[in-house]
Amino acid sequence: MKVVLQNLTKRFPNRNKKIREDVIAVNNFNFEIPDGKLIGLLGPSGCGKSTTLNLISGLEKPSEGKVFFGDDDVTDVTPENRGVGLVFQNYALYPHLTVKQNIMFPLENLKGKDKLSKEVMEQKALEAAKLVQIDQLMDRRPGELSGGQQQRVAIARALVKMPRVLLLDEPLSNLDARLRLQTREEIKRIQLETGITTVFVTHDQEEAMSISDLIVVMKDGIFQQMGKPQDVYDHPVNMFVAKFLGTPAINMFEACVKDGFLYFGEEKILPVPGIKDGEVYAGIRPEGFVLDENGPLSCDLKAVEVMGRDTSIVCRNPSCMTENIRVIVNSDRALNSLSGKVRFSVKPAKLHIFDKTTEVTLEREGV
Amino acid sequence: MSKFKGWLYLLPALLFLGIFMIYPLIDVIIYSFEENFNFASQTYSGTGLFNFRYVLRDPYFLRAVKNTFIIVIITVPLSTGIALLISLALNSIKALKELFQTVYFLPYVTNTLAVGLVFMILFKKTAYSDGLINLLIKFFGGNSVDFIEGPYWAKLFVMCFYTIWIVLPFKILILTSALASVNPDYYKAARVDGTSRLRIFTRITLPMISPMIFYLVITGFIGAFKAYSDEVAIFGSNLNAAGMNTIVGYVYDMLYGDSGGYPSYASAASLILFAIVFTITVVNLMVSRKTAIR
Repeated sequence: MKVVLQNLTKRFPNRNKKIREDVIAVNNFNFEIPDGKLIGLLGPSGCGKSTTLNLISGLEKPSEGKVFFGDDDVTDVTPENRGVGLVFQNYALYPHLTVKQNIMFPLENLKGKDKLSKEVMEQKALEAAKLVQIDQLMDRRPGELSGGQQQRVAIARALVKMPRVLLLDEPLSNLDARLRLQTREEIKRIQLETGITTVFVTHDQEEAMSISDLIVVMKDGIFQQMGKPQDVYDHPVNMFVAKFLGTPAINMFEACVKDGFLYFGEEKILPVPGIKDGEVYAGIRPEGFVLDENGPLSCDLKAVEVMGRDTSIVCRNPSCMTENIRVIVNSDRALNSLSGKVRFSVKPAKLHIFDKTTEVTLEREGV
Repeated sequence: MSKFKGWLYLLPALLFLGIFMIYPLIDVIIYSFEENFNFASQTYSGTGLFNFRYVLRDPYFLRAVKNTFIIVIITVPLSTGIALLISLALNSIKALKELFQTVYFLPYVTNTLAVGLVFMILFKKTAYSDGLINLLIKFFGGNSVDFIEGPYWAKLFVMCFYTIWIVLPFKILILTSALASVNPDYYKAARVDGTSRLRIFTRITLPMISPMIFYLVITGFIGAFKAYSDEVAIFGSNLNAAGMNTIVGYVYDMLYGDSGGYPSYASAASLILFAIVFTITVVNLMVSRKTAIR
């Protein structure tokens, strides 16, 4: 089931009653979530991700705009009639009910012609439990389960009615690091097995990039970019997206363009055809640096962190907007010394140039 | 040394508890087995179960037990139920919520004498007026009833009405805060699943606040068994004459009433009350533990 958001806007009255202006949590969203895909809604805290999710689920009414499931306009449809499954950040499992009762709870709400017999309900609950691999825990209570198991129960409860759209609000934030890795693969597997269009909200870009078919980046209620994770990473539309995606973060420089060349101060870095002369911001991904004795970029070496597969080099350059530059290089290319100067050349594909006022990415020729 | 220190810290509390609680308790138990104990001369004529036998055969005591049980059985469930309804209503309104909360809490901070006066105006027949309630009854074509000195059921009605009204504010306070502390995500989850309002109440709200309800029922039972001052506020201090005495009232009368000076009977009666309250509280706790969520 594809989900279409059309001019979707949500305004909340300001908490501070003295300020009459509304807070715009979601500002004029227009995008289409294709059928059967896993979508990551990504953005820093307070950017309106959860509100967007609530608008899709129907828990919040939009101030303006429409929501479509397939061709159905569901804007005025109540949550229970939309056919959505929602998994809450804290799972919201009923603590006094067993796992089985929790999973069966949505089914027991069905009335009239949809009413199911006890056997069918148990059968469906068991199927959902098997899907998330908790079928041996059916008689436990949520308090007796680990965080990861509770998460699975919550997903099973959301899936048991076979929703048209599955929504997950920060599904991994309550889990520890190891479990997070495991669970995100699990979510991907469940999504592939059921083929249900799934939207999940996260502030963790790694989480979103690793399992999403598509990611949507937002900031302050404003849609920034949507695309395949790798595409968004490689071709960010603006400085915010470039800075938000990737760990370690992209290194930002004050730079200028002269006669088709990019300069950091006096250092002539590389040709940037197609960009007008003037001051710009330049961003270089940590993996975009190559150790090169004759490279154009010279930095003061501060520290070297060996992390097994990779080596992280911390160094400084006066043009850099942050104190330190973080460089990731392959560990085979060992550094000769641990202090003094180090020189790099820059991979053109890992360099992004942004307009100094609008912070929009400036397109180059041949990249 | 550290062991000794621990006891040293406990000493002040133990001392006061010992003098003002443990010692009197033991004393009461001793009195209850001593026949015709006299405070002034500190003498008694024998030991045994005579005091208990006397109290259990005393029609005044049996009347008091009956009154007390009626008050308990009627007021505890009713007051808890009404408090729950009012709390649910308070929880679901937004406008004027604080105003209503204050209004419902007023009886709790109002002086008992003032409350007694209000009930007089409502119920008491005087030379000048039949009381507000009687005016209402007459308005709807009924016959006026003397609620304070009239038939037993009328007196019981006023008694229960008063008791419920006086305990409501506290229960409402506890239940509104219990309701407010239920995580709203449960209700959101229920909404997405299309749960009916009745089912949300019975399957989510009620289990979530059940520890508080049990707390209120248990303390309500204990409080109602100890009813006395409310009765005095309405019917005056001669409760036996009004036929509205309670167990605690009986104990008080035996100690200090006109007939006064029977500490042995008073002790026996209070021990019987203790046995009743103890049994019922244990049953309550067992039921609540069985149904409580882990």
